[in-house]
Amino acid sequence: MPAGEHEHGARGFNLDHTELVLSANVDPYFRGLVNVAYADDETSVEEAWFQTLGLGRGVTLKGGRFLSGVGYQNEQHPHAWDFADNNLMYGVLFGENLRQDGLQLKWLVPAQSFVELGVEVARGQAFPGSAAGGDRNGAGTWAAFAHVGDDIGSSHGWRAGLSWVQARPRDRAGVVEDLNDVEAATAFSGRSRTWIADFVWKWAPEGNSRERSFKFQAEYFRRSESGELACADNSASGGACGDVRDAYRARQSGWYAQAVYGFAPRWRTGLRFDRLDAGSVDLGANAGFLPASAFRPGRTSLMLDYSPSEFSRFRLQLARDKSMQGSPDNRVTLQYIHSLGSHGAHRF
Amino acid sequence: MTRPTTLLWLALLALLARPVQAALNVLACEPEWGALVTELAGDQARLTVATTARQDPHHIEARPSLIARAGTADLVVCAGAELEAGWLPLLQRESGNGRIQSGQPGYFEAAQHARVLERAAVADRALGDLHLAGNPHLHLDPRNLLRVSEPLAQRLAELDPANAARYRDRQRDFAARMGAAITRWEQRAAPLKGLPVVVQHKSWSYLVDWLGLKVVADLEPKPGIDPSAAWLGQVLETLKAQPARLVLRTAYQSPRASEWIAARAGLRAVELPYTVGGSAAAKDLFGLFDDTLARLLEAAK
Repeated sequence: MPAGEHEHGARGFNLDHTELVLSANVDPYFRGLVNVAYADDETSVEEAWFQTLGLGRGVTLKGGRFLSGVGYQNEQHPHAWDFADNNLMYGVLFGENLRQDGLQLKWLVPAQSFVELGVEVARGQAFPGSAAGGDRNGAGTWAAFAHVGDDIGSSHGWRAGLSWVQARPRDRAGVVEDLNDVEAATAFSGRSRTWIADFVWKWAPEGNSRERSFKFQAEYFRRSESGELACADNSASGGACGDVRDAYRARQSGWYAQAVYGFAPRWRTGLRFDRLDAGSVDLGANAGFLPASAFRPGRTSLMLDYSPSEFSRFRLQLARDKSMQGSPDNRVTLQYIHSLGSHGAHRF
Repeated sequence: MTRPTTLLWLALLALLARPVQAALNVLACEPEWGALVTELAGDQARLTVATTARQDPHHIEARPSLIARAGTADLVVCAGAELEAGWLPLLQRESGNGRIQSGQPGYFEAAQHARVLERAAVADRALGDLHLAGNPHLHLDPRNLLRVSEPLAQRLAELDPANAARYRDRQRDFAARMGAAITRWEQRAAPLKGLPVVVQHKSWSYLVDWLGLKVVADLEPKPGIDPSAAWLGQVLETLKAQPARLVLRTAYQSPRASEWIAARAGLRAVELPYTVGGSAAAKDLFGLFDDTLARLLEAAK
């Protein structure tokens, strides 16, 4: 996992993080949103963007720091997740979400069904890019996505999409355990390409989710990275690395699928499967120092949540976690989510 | 050889130049406002209604299909007063449609032209999901439909000036028919004056106000909060001291709470159409009130 992201799930009581959201129309031409997340030792600007209101013809331009439109879950903040923690796929791809400092151009095709196309260009300072990764114009990440969707009768709604993210990281820092089981600092420079396919299907009897509802959501990714990997000299602490820089090529894939069933007013239960596939890794000369793992992390999570009103929710989650090699973990999470102030948006 | 090609071109041209049947694409947030648009515009408008009578207009998600409809809409007609606060703003901005943004002629809010009840004095969610701008279920006082019809017809005329006279004529015709119907309904409903009722949600405030019913209790402890067993027990106590005759609910609410209280307090539970499409007889705005009164009078016998 990229360094420096929120860590959900420390043992015992903990206040995960608190988000402060301000959003309003700036003037008749722009809408703005600021989302600041506070945790004990850090404050981070999760989002701060403007979006045009009046370009017309289905076109909107967004600029600033925003959650990328790729995939399905990417635009959701942790409070909107259906489970207490992130799925492994987004964890491995982006840490939490792909956050872009840049521009997004989106076009809603004028049609009877929903067809949305978007492109993004951003600085790409965060994973899968790196701070030094930008080109002459400061662009380090490009993304494009297409989403389609519609209703089937009054009870069903669906959306499907295909997204692409490309980054050009330069000296992207990583930490791995080398063949001597000593921590080694790596730096990757090259090209990272990710494809994401997403699908969501929702059902409620006659579109009335008050009593019963069902939601199925699944996403799949393939990532290929090629370039050069350097492993910093750690021989002083008994490590195997000795500042070797050589070609690196890796291909990974993974998916998650989850279903949430609202079985009574206020009550929902959900099941999620996570799988990752380390795929093929060609470490070049570094194969002598670093392990090429064929480990396939996985996790199964079961949750039950209760919402006294639209603005509060309590959740119990059980997980069988096999995401760390050799140390399967059983995890129980009890979580609360409250939202104060203006009425939040009912995203699909 | 040239002849068929020429014909094909002519046919293509004819297709492109074909006069568009409907002048305006209208998206109505709720069935009642869709029905009013139909009264005023007839087939001049290509109408889509975002919700049905079986759906709670508070709890709608900005589904892809709705974003697509908002994208092509020339006019969006909604109740307003924050009823659609959870989903309409998303439709407006995700659609990228400049015409339907708040403040533009393509966005029409009925609450701005109606007599609105129950404006909240304090913004405190401890009091439930209150609407500061007032109670948005305002179509259940048909006099509000009259009030809204005129500015709505003007708005249609503004957006489609070629048919302005038509909208004006249809509005006059609607106002005459609705005016006469209101007189008829008020006469018919005279025996209902002072009838003690139990309501579920503030959906009925305008009907209660118009017909002079008396609300003894609400099955929701606070607006938007589902009835709990403890609260229903309290309602039962209230009803012992102040008996009521009927308990009213909409087609989109679960019958459980009202049937429970009806069985224990000796009331009659009545499902009213609430909006157009809420019952077989509520085919349009006139049918909505005909059926509502028929059901109330029958149950109050």
